[in-house]
Amino acid sequence: MGKTISEKIFSTKAGSPVQAGDLVIAQVDMAMGQDGTTPLAIRSFEDMGGKSVFDPSRIIFIIDHNAPSPLEAVSHLHDLMRQFATQYGVRLFDVGCGVCHELMMAQGLVVPGDLVIGADSHTCTYGAIGAFSTGVGSTELAAVMISGKLWFKVPETIRVILNGTLPRGVFSKDIILYLAGQIGADGATYQAVEFSGPVIDRMEMDERFTISNMAVEIGAKAGLMAPDYKTLAWLKNRARRPYQSVYPDPDAMYQSTRTFDCSGLVPHVALPHRVDTVKPVDEVADVPIREAFLGTCTNGRAVDIEIAARILRGKVVHPDVRFIIAPASREIFLTALEKGWVETIVTAGGVFVSPGCGPCVGTHQGVPGDEWNVISTANRNFKGRMGNNKAAIYLASPATVAASALAGKISDPRKYLG
Amino acid sequence: MIIRGKVIKYGDHVDTDVIIPARYLTATDPLELAKHCMEDLDPNFRKNVTTNTILVAGKNFGCGSSREHAPLSIKASGIKAIIASSFARIFYRNALNIGLPILESDEASHLIENGDEIEIDLHSGVIQNLTTGKTHQAKSFPPFIQDIISQGGLMNLVKTRLQK
Repeated sequence: MGKTISEKIFSTKAGSPVQAGDLVIAQVDMAMGQDGTTPLAIRSFEDMGGKSVFDPSRIIFIIDHNAPSPLEAVSHLHDLMRQFATQYGVRLFDVGCGVCHELMMAQGLVVPGDLVIGADSHTCTYGAIGAFSTGVGSTELAAVMISGKLWFKVPETIRVILNGTLPRGVFSKDIILYLAGQIGADGATYQAVEFSGPVIDRMEMDERFTISNMAVEIGAKAGLMAPDYKTLAWLKNRARRPYQSVYPDPDAMYQSTRTFDCSGLVPHVALPHRVDTVKPVDEVADVPIREAFLGTCTNGRAVDIEIAARILRGKVVHPDVRFIIAPASREIFLTALEKGWVETIVTAGGVFVSPGCGPCVGTHQGVPGDEWNVISTANRNFKGRMGNNKAAIYLASPATVAASALAGKISDPRKYLG
Repeated sequence: MIIRGKVIKYGDHVDTDVIIPARYLTATDPLELAKHCMEDLDPNFRKNVTTNTILVAGKNFGCGSSREHAPLSIKASGIKAIIASSFARIFYRNALNIGLPILESDEASHLIENGDEIEIDLHSGVIQNLTTGKTHQAKSFPPFIQDIISQGGLMNLVKTRLQK
């Protein structure tokens, strides 16, 4: 019987053939922690009696959730991370480097076929390059820092096939929001998802990352895609280790297969406070907004800033809207500067904040006011997510967010994309 | 081990942002975190929780972030156990790892009401509703996970192994 990508990766990392449902102890290739979760992991590491790390080159710390620090207490936690990193030789990406998931991939720290854990739920993003990567808590990160191993239940896999051709003005974000609506916020709980089909094949890597990133929003443990020539080209000057790409067998056993035709898809928006309460943009058009945010591990990449610049060129952001942009990394920020996108957006009234998670997690750089509607390119719109439980968050593609920032209300971006 | 307590009940999709908002992740001390547990969902939570409270909720409890602060703040609030129709997977692992008992039972989640007095046998997964007299069976844990639970979480398990 054939195997899924997940079954193959776990068979390699556990050292014996495994199938869905098996409980395994597997060797982890990379472990990542960010500044929201790592301080607790360091505490757990010490409580467990940790005296050394299994391999400092396979542990990465990234300061992105509060970068730069908005509070004294946070500065202390950052210093705790820096001290630990220095003591054990762990590589730390400090304030301004960017969002953890963007850095893990763009810096070539993750390669296809890897098993990666991160103390951040959106660690599933690396599935887009064919790595099994998943979010864990701080205690598990600490256990991996000590031993290099962790227990897993090999997940069953749901296969999602995306057919057709994506219409103009509709993006990978619209697809994953639509899928969240169809599958539900817990539709893939305890399972992996393998995304495939001609729509995925035609996507650039940046667009694929958006889909794998949000696999956790449908409950999934991982959101995998088989590597292709685009993946290999993207990795060419990045990968820091040799790797072996992993593909599903043609006769792999899937828990289910869901096929979607993307040809008739329109821009979609997730309504407050659930990612799976999703509607076509036309049905929520005219909802007035007070803040628009473009950034995050979902949609803070070069293509995302580029589309916003295209929509805003020569225009002015609506006076009632604060349009905040957080590039997902320093590299992306530099690209946006070189291409003139930053100038275009700032001239239009946009506000750039430092590369990092920005206002997504609700600690600083754009906490909304009471009764504000916010439109954001992030992956979550839970009540209070952006730091105020009296604000309402709508999720959309970068194009929809930029169009809405211009109009002062939720707007269909297709009108602005000539 | 038998746990007995009074129920506080919530609905589906209780997410980690309402369990403990990110603005309070400036602390790693569980008691400090407990001060803000559930405040965006239920401002009376702190007032209503005693040292004998059991949470009952619907599906996808703990969805969202990987923050272990979520089960830590619940445990430090005094909650003895959580029964839900289903748990989001990272929360599920985190709760087991820090020694917060969790049980999955769709039936119990639907039939147990706010304020009911219930008793849980953690070993067998039998949930008795002392108010209504009904009995429910939670899904059993694989032996491997029972091992983690019996050690009081992953932390203690690793500690024990490192000492060997």
